[in-house]
Amino acid sequence: MATAISVKNLGKQYRIGASQTKFQYGMLRDVLMDTVTAPVRWAKSLTGRSRRPQLDSAQNYIWALNDVSFDLEEGRVLGIVGRNGAGKSTLLKVLSRVTEPTKGTVTVRGRVGSLLEVGTGFHPELTGRENIYLNGAVLGMKRTEIDSKFDEIVDFSEVSQFIDTPVKRYSSGMYLRLAFAVAAHLEPEILVVDEVLAVGDAEFQRKCLGKMGDVAQQGRTVLFVSHNMSAILRLTQEAIVLKKGQLIKRAPSPEAVDFYLSSGQAETGERIWQNEEVPVNAAPFKPVAIRIKDKTGKIVDTVRSTEPTTVEWEYQLDAPVTGLRVGMYLNTMRGEYVFTAFDTDDAQQYEQFGARQAGRYISCCEIPADFFNEGRYYLGVNASSFGVRRYFMDENAISFNVDIAGAPGTQWPEMRQGPIRPRLNWKIEKLD
Amino acid sequence: MTELTKHQPTTIYIKPSTGIAALNLGDLWTYRELVFFMIWRDIKVRYKQTMLGAAWAVIQPVMMMLVFTFIFGTVAKLPTDGDIPYPIFSYTALLPWGLFVGALNQASRSLTTNQNMITKIYFPRLILPLSSVLAGLVDFAIASIILIGLMFYYKVTPAWNILWTLPLFLLLAIITALGVALWLSAINVKYRDVNYVLPFLTQFWQFATPVGYSATIISQKWQLLYSLNPMAGVVNGFRWALLGVGNGPDTALWISIGISMLVLISGLFYFRSMERTFADTI
Repeated sequence: MATAISVKNLGKQYRIGASQTKFQYGMLRDVLMDTVTAPVRWAKSLTGRSRRPQLDSAQNYIWALNDVSFDLEEGRVLGIVGRNGAGKSTLLKVLSRVTEPTKGTVTVRGRVGSLLEVGTGFHPELTGRENIYLNGAVLGMKRTEIDSKFDEIVDFSEVSQFIDTPVKRYSSGMYLRLAFAVAAHLEPEILVVDEVLAVGDAEFQRKCLGKMGDVAQQGRTVLFVSHNMSAILRLTQEAIVLKKGQLIKRAPSPEAVDFYLSSGQAETGERIWQNEEVPVNAAPFKPVAIRIKDKTGKIVDTVRSTEPTTVEWEYQLDAPVTGLRVGMYLNTMRGEYVFTAFDTDDAQQYEQFGARQAGRYISCCEIPADFFNEGRYYLGVNASSFGVRRYFMDENAISFNVDIAGAPGTQWPEMRQGPIRPRLNWKIEKLD
Repeated sequence: MTELTKHQPTTIYIKPSTGIAALNLGDLWTYRELVFFMIWRDIKVRYKQTMLGAAWAVIQPVMMMLVFTFIFGTVAKLPTDGDIPYPIFSYTALLPWGLFVGALNQASRSLTTNQNMITKIYFPRLILPLSSVLAGLVDFAIASIILIGLMFYYKVTPAWNILWTLPLFLLLAIITALGVALWLSAINVKYRDVNYVLPFLTQFWQFATPVGYSATIISQKWQLLYSLNPMAGVVNGFRWALLGVGNGPDTALWISIGISMLVLISGLFYFRSMERTFADTI
C-alpha cells in the first residue's frame, strides 16, 4: 500500500486580536501618531516584512496547528476529532492547499477534493447547466470529464427541469442539491469531508455521508471531520484526536473516540469559554459558561441518576436580540441524540423572553430524576433565532458521567440498553 | 474506479514558501481551462438583467466621444493631428482607453469579489485578475464596430500594416492593465483602500493620457516624462496605426514598453509572494 498523505511536523500560525490592543489608551496623541505613521507601516507590510511573527510580540499569534505528523495509506478512512478550535479545519485547509503552512511539510498523492466546497464559484445569474461547467472547472475537472458526467450530475441533483433556469431562481434545497451533485462527481483520489461545515438539512447531511461511504468502498482515501461520534465509529477505521493544534492520539476509532470523550473534555462539570474560542460571527451572542449541578447546587462531573440535575448556561448579549432561543442537545457518547430542548419552547416563555435586551443571562433547566441510564453523556449548545440565523453552536460543549446507584433494576449487575432509565410505575396484577 | 486507473495520480508537496516566490506559471497552464471558464463567466454575467445588454459596450464610448467632441473640439477648439475630425480622433483613443480602465477596475477587485473561492479551494490565484483583464476584450471588440463605421463615414483608410501593429498596441494595453491590476488586486486583499483609490487613479491617468487631446500639444521638454506613461504610447500607437497621424514607433514607445514590462514582472512577483496569505487575510 502506498502512502496517500504524509504530514511531517506541520505547523500553522495565525494572528489574533492585534486590533484589540490598538488605541487601548485612547489618547489623541496616540491616534494622531498612529495616523501619521500609518503609511510607513503600510509600506512595510506591503513588502510582507512586518508580518513575520518574530517582529511582533508572540502573544498576538496562535498556533492553530502545532507539530502535527501522521501518515495515511491509500484507501484508508481516517476520522479527525477534536473540540472547536482544535485545528481540524485548519488541517483540512492546509491539505487542500487553500492556505500555506507556517512550517513542516505535507506530501499528498493525488487530487484532493472536498465536500465542503459545494457551490464554490456558482454564479447566481448563470443557469444550472452553465454552473455545472463552471463549478466543475473550479473544482479542477476537465471539460471532457464534465461532458461525460453531465447527465449523471443532472440526474443526481433532481433539478433536470430547471437546468436552464438561472440558479438565483432555485430554492435553497435545489441549489444545494445541484452544488453537491457536482462536488460528488469530482472523483478525487483523496476526499475531505468536514461535517462541521456541511450546510443543509439532515437529508442532505445523510447524502454526504452516504457518498463518503461509497467513496471509501471504492478504495479511495477519506479524511472525515465530525462531532458525531457514531458517524466516526461507523465510517472510519482509525481516528486522530486534535487538541489545541496538537495531535494527542491516534488509534483505532473506538479507542480514539473513548479517549476523546473521556479525556478531551472538561472534567470539572463546568466549561468556560475563552474569548478566542468564540467565533467573531457569533456576535452579539457570547457564551460565558455552562455548568452541570447536582440537587444541592454543587458543580459536578458525575451526577446521580436518582436525583435531578441542573444544566445552567450563562451568556452575554452585546445587543438586543429578537426571537432568540437558547438550548441544548443531549447526546450519548456514541453520538445518538437523546433530546433537543430550548429555553423558550414554552409559548408563554417565548412571549416573555423572545426579545431580550443586552445584558448577561442565565438559562437553566432541571432534568428530572430517574432519567439517565449509566454512562457518559455530552451536551451540545445552540443559540439561534429560528429561521433567521444561528448565533452560536458547539455540538460538544461539555460532558458528564451518570452514576446509577439506586436506579431501577440495579440489583442485577448487568448493562441495560438505551440511553434513559426511567422509573416506570409498574403494576402487577394476578388475573386468576 | 476506472477513472482512477486511467491516470497516475500526481504528487503534490506542500511546504511553507520562503524568499522570492517562484512564478510557477506551469500551474497556470495546468489550469488553462479554468481561465477560459472564468472569462466566459465574466462575459456571460456582465450585462445580465440590464435592458440594453451588450449595447452598453457601445453606448459608453460613443457618449464619451460626443462629450469630448463637444467640449474639446467645439468649445475649446483643441487641434487634432492632420485635420482628422474630432469624433474619430477621440474614438480611436477611447477604444483602447476604455479597455484599459475596464480591465483595471475589474481585475483590481477580482480577488475580493471572488473571496469565497479563495478561502475554500486551491487554484492559481493569478487566474482571477488575468481572466478579468481578458474578458474586457469582448467589450473592446463590440465597441470596435462603431470605429469601423466611423472610418467608412469619414473615409479614413488605414495602412495595411494595422494587421500587425494594432494587435501589438492592444497587447501593450493589456500588459499595462494586468501589471497594475496585479499590484492593486494583491494590495486590495488586505487594504480595501484600493477601492477608493481606483476612481481617482483612473481619472488622473486619463488626464495624463492623450485621450481627449493630441499628444503633440505637449511641449518637447515634457515628452520624455510623458512617455513614461505606457497608455500614452498605446493611444498614440492606435492613432498612428488607424489614422496615420503622429509618430510611428520611436524611442518613446520603447520606453513605454519597458515600463509596462517592468510593472508586469514586478507585479507578478509581488502577487505570487502575497498569494500565500490571501486565504488568511482576505
